[in-house]
Amino acid sequence: MTPVELVAILLVVAGTFFGLVAVVGIVRLPDLYTRAHATSKSDTLGIILTLGGVALVLGADVSVAKTVILGIFLFVTNPTAAHAITRAAYDQDITPWMRGDGRHAIDESAGPVAGNDTGQPTTGNDAPQSPAGNDAAQSAEGDQ
Amino acid sequence: MAVSGIIDTVLLAAAGAFVLFAIVLVYRIVAGPTMQDRVIAVNGIGTNAVVVLALLAAALDQPGFLDVALVYGMLNFLMSIAISKFTVERGGVI
Repeated sequence: MTPVELVAILLVVAGTFFGLVAVVGIVRLPDLYTRAHATSKSDTLGIILTLGGVALVLGADVSVAKTVILGIFLFVTNPTAAHAITRAAYDQDITPWMRGDGRHAIDESAGPVAGNDTGQPTTGNDAPQSPAGNDAAQSAEGDQ
Repeated sequence: MAVSGIIDTVLLAAAGAFVLFAIVLVYRIVAGPTMQDRVIAVNGIGTNAVVVLALLAAALDQPGFLDVALVYGMLNFLMSIAISKFTVERGGVI
């Protein structure tokens, strides 16, 4: 095994690890915005590492150019897509998760922070309760 | 390209792991409270599919998979941007 192959294996294993981190973040984090954070940072790093390993395995070929182009493209577009989705959610008045007020700022009757996966009442289509949500969030924050 | 057996094994194992991650992400599509959660999960599944295609292109020695991966990545990005725009301007498409 040449050193180049060893480096390729290490890169692929590290990329798989960061892919696992991204998946755990998307499944476990409490909010849309934190999930977008996980998918835009950890997933992008996993992609870059894995594609670097693939490019090292492929050797000198035109496939390496395609792999590098694919890596650069995903490096640009994956955080951009997450940012666009998050901005759309913010324009739809989905309030962020805040500390100490259960699952969500509006849902006062939500359970403890961990282990409540369903309490996010503001969907995209019944939007216009942003000021109330923000007031509730700030009052709940002040109660601590 | 002379690829030894252990590298093929590692690449195929990584591809299998990414497929497993995509299957786990289906949970967020099913359970995600808002539509944007589902869009982010679908975006992550598409990204995993691109990585799996690149890994298979290297492991199975088929460079055509890289072209498929490029087109799939572009369509994945276009899906996210289009759903975001329609969500803001028209109140959602899903």
